[in-house]
Amino acid sequence: MLSYTLKRLLTAIPTLLIVITISFFLMRVAPGGPFDGERQLPPEIEANLKAAYHLDEPLPQQYLRYMGNLLQGDFGPSFKYKDFSVTELIAQGFPVSLEIGGLAILLALLIGLPLGIIAALRRNTMIDYTVMGTALAGIAVPNFVIAPILALVFGVLLAWLPAGGWNGGALPNLVLPVIALSIQQIAYIARMMRASMIEVLGSHYIRTARAKGLSERQVIWRHAIRPALLPVTSYLGPAIAGIITGSVVIEQIFGIPGIGRYFVQAALNRDYTLVMGTVVFYGALIVLMNLLVDLLYSALDPQIRYDD
Amino acid sequence: MLRHSHTLLGAMALSSLALAAPAQADTLNIGVMGELASFDTSQVSGGVWESQVLMDVYEGLVKKNPEGEAIPGMATDWDISEDGQTYTFHLRDDAKWSDGEPVTAEDFVFGWQHLLDPASASKYAYLLYPIQNAEAVNSGEKPLDALGVESLDDGKTLKVTLNAPTPYFPQLLTHYTAYPLPKHAVEEYGKQWVKMDNIVTNGAFTPTEWVSQSRISVAKNPEYYDADDVSLDGVNYFNTEDRNAGISRFRAGELDVLREYPSSRYQWLKDNLPEATHLSPMLGSYYYVLNTRDGRPTADKRVRKALNLVARRKVLSEQIMAGSFKDAYSLVPPGTSHYDVQHMDGVEGDYAKRLAKAKQLIKEAGYGPDHPLQLKLRYNTSDEHKKIAIAMAAMWKPLGVEVEMTNAEATVHYQTIQEGDFDVARAGWIADYNDAENFLTLLRGGVGNNYGDYDNAEYDTLLDQAASTQDLDKREALLEKAENTALDDYALVPLLYYVTRNLVNPEITGWQDNAEDDHPSRWVKFHDGD
Repeated sequence: MLSYTLKRLLTAIPTLLIVITISFFLMRVAPGGPFDGERQLPPEIEANLKAAYHLDEPLPQQYLRYMGNLLQGDFGPSFKYKDFSVTELIAQGFPVSLEIGGLAILLALLIGLPLGIIAALRRNTMIDYTVMGTALAGIAVPNFVIAPILALVFGVLLAWLPAGGWNGGALPNLVLPVIALSIQQIAYIARMMRASMIEVLGSHYIRTARAKGLSERQVIWRHAIRPALLPVTSYLGPAIAGIITGSVVIEQIFGIPGIGRYFVQAALNRDYTLVMGTVVFYGALIVLMNLLVDLLYSALDPQIRYDD
Repeated sequence: MLRHSHTLLGAMALSSLALAAPAQADTLNIGVMGELASFDTSQVSGGVWESQVLMDVYEGLVKKNPEGEAIPGMATDWDISEDGQTYTFHLRDDAKWSDGEPVTAEDFVFGWQHLLDPASASKYAYLLYPIQNAEAVNSGEKPLDALGVESLDDGKTLKVTLNAPTPYFPQLLTHYTAYPLPKHAVEEYGKQWVKMDNIVTNGAFTPTEWVSQSRISVAKNPEYYDADDVSLDGVNYFNTEDRNAGISRFRAGELDVLREYPSSRYQWLKDNLPEATHLSPMLGSYYYVLNTRDGRPTADKRVRKALNLVARRKVLSEQIMAGSFKDAYSLVPPGTSHYDVQHMDGVEGDYAKRLAKAKQLIKEAGYGPDHPLQLKLRYNTSDEHKKIAIAMAAMWKPLGVEVEMTNAEATVHYQTIQEGDFDVARAGWIADYNDAENFLTLLRGGVGNNYGDYDNAEYDTLLDQAASTQDLDKREALLEKAENTALDDYALVPLLYYVTRNLVNPEITGWQDNAEDDHPSRWVKFHDGD
């Protein structure tokens, strides 16, 4: 298991290198540069800007310079938010995104899994239809619709919670963004759990377990739930990586200082260093989450073993 | 309405705090539209939201009153030489940085040299080009100390030499590019001087906390010379990119001021929050560039005139934009100092007549049912621009014009139109300082922001003459004549004037609408504040 983990981590290095290289050149190919805007700059100012950020060098040289700095752990200064380095921006924003995203995933599991199981056990009853209908609505309504409605109802009309702001992560400020972020996940997880539960309940070993005379409770708890969790687990890997790296919609609507907005804004601003920083960070996180999921798999399913 | 920062905590927390702290701080909460790029004014990217923060923490030789007029700031007064090319500023004795160090003329020399240093790569350095040798310094052709600024009398006097008489120079000095920098702090901390632990400023407030992308907090600067007259204890600037969410936060009492609410919400806000909803003319023009490069249909004046004649600007402002813009018939907006609004000829009045005239012009230009006029219209992606583009295409349709619309994100849009690949393109200009020249340069031959490559020798000559004219009335006449030359040439399609759109807590005073939308928090008071 240890050697498997090490092997996986080693193969992650070329993967990340390829991701970095492709992103680096794709970003430069995109039309428009970091300093293009509504106002055309005088040529000498454009030249000063290019020189200051080494954009006047040939592309391969820029690439080597970037990779050299990266190897020393230096992501460079942000082109746009100039009082911060890319590392500082990610270090400041990630804990916030992690907190909101982690809570949202936790909430989604706590609500989504039981809902999915109940719906599967009460298949084709009113309960099933209600749960799945609600879940479908949860998936269909995007969070840029849900979030403003939550802010309006609970922040403005009822005035129970702040309509926005972070306030250092105070509990009242967490509630609405976490709910807004988790609704879609609850819906996905509930649907996935239901489908997988139904499949497992129809399998031969469940029939065998029932034939042995086990109680229904024992059949479900001991034999059905664990294997039924497998598809949800593999979904969780990338989902967690996605959700803890923030959501631009939720962050903008609630004014939360996470890193989600950097993915979008940095690209729009052509903030090359910040784009690269977020790509490297996200890439590494995905690799790591996928590895964790695979390890968790073997814990859930005895048939899966990672031996050499 | 919220007036105490503590209100953000729940009711329980509030009551306990109220017990603990008898005198609560008056903190103004402002929702701004974006993130400040830097507290180093040479690194700022030019957003309105950036000047809001910077004008609160720094003060130039000249500052703004609540009405947006330039009044003495760090300088108590100044002398202008006979030829109008030398300004001598006398600095106030009690001007101090927030660490108690005196603000000297040396700090201005240092700040301006830093701004114009090629290594600073400042985007807005060109605003100080009226100063002697500024352009050469910024191009790296001359050393920093060649810049026409000098500290005299042990730093009590600042002498500035200009290239030409520049009547709007004091206006220009209110811009953040002209703020001083704390030389002692920069020398001590290097690039790290902008960090919250190191920064010192000379304005009414000084930065205390910056949560990137969320909030900047500033506290009253006790060293500020007029600190006794500053009512607020602090200001929070919340990054409120989602402006509809900003409205919710304002209604929930979390914001006292929301800058630039979305125009589409104007009617609703006016009906539901009439006392808080502000809308007033602003120094900004929204126009369509006409590409006058050879081979473009819009190189033909008859086509340009026809497109202008049938543009129904009142429909745009009142119906499409629901009153959140004003209809425009010129490039230079109303409210510009020492300038009367000009008027493009024949674009108002009886629509049927205008349409008939336009049809005739299009026909004369050689277009008809067999050979329709095809125009490539480009705009930068936004709902507002899209609505206007669709409306314009519809207004031009009766002329048989076929419009091909292309939108792109702003970066790509401006690059494309700079390269000239368009017939008609959306553009806008918000004044950097209150002077007509700032707008009229947009049509000067060979200037970068002249996207349509409009080239008129008479126009350029008039602007040159105005630039060397010291008499304000004569200068005004020259500038007005220049604009009329371009309007007679139908060089562009003026469409709308921008307006300022702000939500303001009716409980505060000292916050007034003005054409440059500048609102220093230094003047703001809560009604019952002492």
